[in-house]
Amino acid sequence: MIEHLATYRKWWYILSIIVILPGVISLIFNGLDLGIDFTGGTIWEVKFDKTITTEQVKNVLADHGYTDTVIQTSSEDGGDNNVAIIRMEELPTPSAEKTELADALTAEIGPFTELQISTVGSSVSGQIARRAVLAVFVASIGILLYIAFAFRNTQAPVRYGAAAIVGMLHDVLLVLGVFSILGVIFKVQVDALFVTAILTVIGFSVHDTIVVFDRIRENLAKQSDPTFEGIVNYSLAQTIVRSVNTSLTVVFTLLALFLFGGESTRTFVLALLIGVVSGTYSSIFNASQLLVSWEEHDFQRWWAQLRGRVPSTATSR
Amino acid sequence: MKISPWITLVFVLLLTVFAGWVAIPGETLDVGSFKADHPIQQGLDLQGGVQVLLQADPPAGTSVDKDTITGTRDTIERRVGGLGVSEPVVQTRGSNQIIVELPGVTDPEQAVEVVRQTALLEIIDTNGLYLAPGTKVNTTLGDANSTEAGTPTAAGGSPVASPAASPEASPVAGSTDASSDGPVYTTIISGADLKDAYRATGPLGQVVVGFELKGSAADHFYDFTSTHIGQPMSIVIDKTVISSPQINGAISDQGQIEGIAPKDVDNLVVQLKAGALAVPLKVVQSRVVGPSLGQDSIDKSLTAAIIGLGIVAFFMIVYYRLPGFLSVVALGIYTLLVLAIFKLLPVTLTLAGIAGFVLSVGMAVDANILIFSRLKEELRVGRTASQSVELGFAHAWPSIRDSNITSMITAAILYWFGQYTGATIITGFALTLFIGVAVSMFTAYNVTRTFLRLVLSSTHIHNTWWLGTKRPAASTSTSAAD
Repeated sequence: MIEHLATYRKWWYILSIIVILPGVISLIFNGLDLGIDFTGGTIWEVKFDKTITTEQVKNVLADHGYTDTVIQTSSEDGGDNNVAIIRMEELPTPSAEKTELADALTAEIGPFTELQISTVGSSVSGQIARRAVLAVFVASIGILLYIAFAFRNTQAPVRYGAAAIVGMLHDVLLVLGVFSILGVIFKVQVDALFVTAILTVIGFSVHDTIVVFDRIRENLAKQSDPTFEGIVNYSLAQTIVRSVNTSLTVVFTLLALFLFGGESTRTFVLALLIGVVSGTYSSIFNASQLLVSWEEHDFQRWWAQLRGRVPSTATSR
Repeated sequence: MKISPWITLVFVLLLTVFAGWVAIPGETLDVGSFKADHPIQQGLDLQGGVQVLLQADPPAGTSVDKDTITGTRDTIERRVGGLGVSEPVVQTRGSNQIIVELPGVTDPEQAVEVVRQTALLEIIDTNGLYLAPGTKVNTTLGDANSTEAGTPTAAGGSPVASPAASPEASPVAGSTDASSDGPVYTTIISGADLKDAYRATGPLGQVVVGFELKGSAADHFYDFTSTHIGQPMSIVIDKTVISSPQINGAISDQGQIEGIAPKDVDNLVVQLKAGALAVPLKVVQSRVVGPSLGQDSIDKSLTAAIIGLGIVAFFMIVYYRLPGFLSVVALGIYTLLVLAIFKLLPVTLTLAGIAGFVLSVGMAVDANILIFSRLKEELRVGRTASQSVELGFAHAWPSIRDSNITSMITAAILYWFGQYTGATIITGFALTLFIGVAVSMFTAYNVTRTFLRLVLSSTHIHNTWWLGTKRPAASTSTSAAD
């Protein structure tokens, strides 16, 4: 089967759709749980010298008029839950309001150390969101142009670029979808660092796709097989071990960062981890297959079949 | 290739020794304190500190131009210099924002105050009236509402009435919030006319801020004071009256500001010396990281990086045997080169940057894997070890080049994106990724290939098991479709 991957392309597309669909549905209905980088507001991380509950912190904040807050508690070193991560409306640093709130927390719960506090004003958050969308867009165009250039000696250079972009969209949609679901279940928020992860996934996905495409280009030039499908099959068989091994080494390092690295980069690393696995999958099972489908006019045929079948089932009843 | 691999090897070894010398921490063999001058720069999230994004908040009806923002940035830079922060970043962003990063500051709130306060000093002609300290006034340089509503540092402590003020003068402007339609007083001297400001001792032994005026302003001040003897004037900072001394004689180039709370004297001196901000600023984004979190993050990320790299090395050696071992050595050289570049450029290392570095190691390994896969293929079709090295490399290179260039394109776009969002957090990642990918191409081309040429071209290796094939190459003559 490993020598005939492109022959089963219809099933790989179906598999991809099944994997991506739950996340896409969640994206449509729930969107992403946007962090303060996009919505504006404050994240305040404080460490008390004793165990605390979310209610304690929430009550103190509510007493001072901050009702729209989300509190999470965690432990810094696997011990008691003594760290509170407070998400709230914009609380400038420094300000009288913050001093007042800090005093209240000290008085009603106990002394604490400020681990970090980030505040993003609403005017800035809009800029960040626009930049993020623009960055992803510009990256796609840049990659498309470079691939079209690198494959200029093939018959249809733009196809390679377009197929790589589709593979990349597959990975981006999967990561976005998973984070949409994580946002609903675990309140995982996306921030500017998440956008960084998405852009990196784009880079990695295309990186991986190009290696496979490069083989196809080479085998085309050598005319290793009479059919295009045969050439893709052959190229995939030659590169799959390398693709998996490369992906594995990156996954090893990312897994180490995920398990042993600091809390603050955990969601970032998770997004990378999902994206890298998906990126390897999509370059073999989507991007390369799309080249074959394009050559063989699959989609027109499947569409015709689909349209042909609907009336035929209707009349057969 | 005309160049002998031995010459390349010598070059690589020299480079490695230099990079190793730069990269290895501590004062070992530090010649001329070169290493001490090039430490690894840690980002905010690693060493703690404060980052603020300030946005120009010009009075209604006015706008800011590029020059105003640039001037304001210079002023902030001078103020930050007065704070004694080691590696501050003060940059303009867009047309109306300034980003300030102060790594390692111990009192972030105070630092932000010093940076942000406009500290616009004015001495105004009160038209013979006595203005009580704390009064908000409108002047010819702008009305009272043009500064932030928040209390300026300088007036943080309640100012004591100046002993120099004439007791007979009756307070007229008792209201503390002057509306825009209140009287507009003429500014005689502003912060821009100051030559120097310093901490001094007042006539009653209290701490005061002394100042010195520039030549032309001194003449102007002399003209004013000599014609208004016996009348009060007001010293105003950020539109709030600090003190209203009575003019007892002509003053030309030196004066004192009384009525500042002792704890605020030093801040005011820094602000006056560095000049007033050309435009009021508001904080639109801030990030404060405590030092303990940073240290904890460094420790954890380093542990993770070492574990991750260890697993990769193990995997490479088990799967690819001798070439795998050579690639691990090449990766060691790669790591030293990257770390040395980080120190020399310098690159500010952040948590995301460490992740970027780890990711680039993965991509560096990829270059090696590509070469080895091709090498194996060539061996399988029955080529000699040395032929296989050359052909395998030649076939792998286009993939390595193209895939890495696309990675560099995305890294460059990331850098651009990062400059508009979180400064060093994202740009640090983009920069480490970019450098990592570029260096990985260099090591693949020069280090891995040279190692393979030298080790495999020697005729001693006949058993290609060492090279990762399943059987001796000589016995196979099957097609490449294996």
